[in-house]
Amino acid sequence: MSLTSRRGRWSMLLWVAPAVLLLVVFVYYPVVDNLWLSLFRWNAFSPSETWVGLDNYGALTQDPVFWSSLFNNVAYAVVSVIFQVGGGLVLAAILEELIHGRWKGFFRTVYFVPAVLSLTITGLLFQFMYNPQIGLVNGLLDVLGLDAWKHSWLGESATAIWAIIAMSQWQSIGYVMVLFIVAMQRIPRELHEAAYIDGASRRQAFFRITVPLVREMTLLAMIITVSGAFLVFNEVQVLTAGGPNNSSHTLGTWLYKSAFFNDQMGYAAAIAVVIFLITLTASIVQLFLGRGKSVQY
Amino acid sequence: MAARAPRPRSDESTGVSVAGSIGRVVAYVVLIVLAVAIIYPLAWMALNGFKSNAELFGDPWGLPTTWRWENFAKAWNLGVVRYLANSVIVAGASVVTTILFSAMAAYALTRHRIPFAGPITVLLLGGMMLAPTVALIPLFRLLQALGIFDTYWALIVLYTAFRIPFTVFLIRAYMVTLSREIEDAAIVDGASRWQVFWLVIMPLSRPIIVSAALLQALFAWNEFVFALVFINDTDLKTLPVGLLAMQGRVLSDWPVLFAALTMAAIPMIVLFLAGQRQFIRGLSEGFGK
Repeated sequence: MSLTSRRGRWSMLLWVAPAVLLLVVFVYYPVVDNLWLSLFRWNAFSPSETWVGLDNYGALTQDPVFWSSLFNNVAYAVVSVIFQVGGGLVLAAILEELIHGRWKGFFRTVYFVPAVLSLTITGLLFQFMYNPQIGLVNGLLDVLGLDAWKHSWLGESATAIWAIIAMSQWQSIGYVMVLFIVAMQRIPRELHEAAYIDGASRRQAFFRITVPLVREMTLLAMIITVSGAFLVFNEVQVLTAGGPNNSSHTLGTWLYKSAFFNDQMGYAAAIAVVIFLITLTASIVQLFLGRGKSVQY
Repeated sequence: MAARAPRPRSDESTGVSVAGSIGRVVAYVVLIVLAVAIIYPLAWMALNGFKSNAELFGDPWGLPTTWRWENFAKAWNLGVVRYLANSVIVAGASVVTTILFSAMAAYALTRHRIPFAGPITVLLLGGMMLAPTVALIPLFRLLQALGIFDTYWALIVLYTAFRIPFTVFLIRAYMVTLSREIEDAAIVDGASRWQVFWLVIMPLSRPIIVSAALLQALFAWNEFVFALVFINDTDLKTLPVGLLAMQGRVLSDWPVLFAALTMAAIPMIVLFLAGQRQFIRGLSEGFGK
């Protein structure tokens, strides 16, 4: 551009400098440093670090809590894809196709509200809902005559992580639904109208028009949900802090406990590397898919 | 809304069948059950804030017999006011710094031809791939070395750094679309770049700035990992961590905790209801493409 002198071009670097500096110092450097730190044995309060090579990674493979944490993250991802992505897609289609007027806005707003609440708020609320004596969940089972299904939901190793996962679905389905609504509103109305004139049922229109045309958003929502599932921390920390017997840990909370309670900083850094690799893979898949062609009619 | 010519509703253009109306009823039932499943626990939380402990444990499903506002006063004084103030400070400051630095970077990248534009863009947007948890342990040392561990600055700096990538992404996509004419006219009139930025570009980008600010406020308000690990001082805790600490202190007094949760939930619900369109625009710009 003729109005911009050569010196002016270089001085524009000052405009990006704060953003670049903050990222380099507080995001990129720590992530790289973490790789390095995972090769040492050290704790938070002693300055001495012992080089142990890959020993921390070896210890990971021997650690049953690491494996159960990883399993819990995978369970989180699978359930969330089914309920949040699958459920969110169906809910969005119902709202867009069947509901008109003010009720549409009402439902959309209500479903989204939990997504703006702090996980600590919903976590403490659900801790009470899951309370074996006075919680709403067991109370509801009583009313339905399903006493046999009652549990001390957060107190039993077999149910704790599933109770946490269930809360997450409650909290996040509305968020994913809104992403789908955004995608559906970009579909030209005429496609559905033409299909109905040709005698298509709503179900056919959903599977033949809506689903293919929101394919990109479906993939994106799946990636967001899956990488979110591997970063789960707050909900577990609030509801059970990983208990009972470390059964409901996720990689994030096991990292936290290893670092700041068991004082194994190097070991915790190795867990962080695992999380890094998983979430990086998800991002790369997202980048790769983002370049693909969208379905066009 | 002004009167319009009646437009055929989409269901009239369908051959409405019995099966179709059964489907519609089923759909409504599903929607209503889900809405109740969301509203009821939240209403229950608020109502429990008014109960006495005896009422809560004796009749957990019932309404409070009297409205005990004193529970809310007690929760407020036991820490809610402090945590709320801390959250406002940290969220407010990080909204300002995140938006300012991101908008400046987006301005330079979209409205000027700067050296190394490609690598800088990759560096800024690539940060979206890196999760806070992965940096937790090195940051623990870094913040101590910098002397900002256990201060507001720890959270403000981290909330800014980790959210610049997404915010640049949002604002950049918007600024690219702005027409050059007004900007060029201002430059011809002798406006400096700083003036062009503040008087032309920022006002024109207002919609996306509002969306980005709302999403940043939501993030900072609810962030938990950093707030848990990098703040020890009880007086500096933000709401998500403070409420958890409060649970320990009011252990035997659940209604007070429910009152605290209710008060903590209100600001974000109000902000969301007030700025719903901007929230959703931010999400759709960010993820919809």
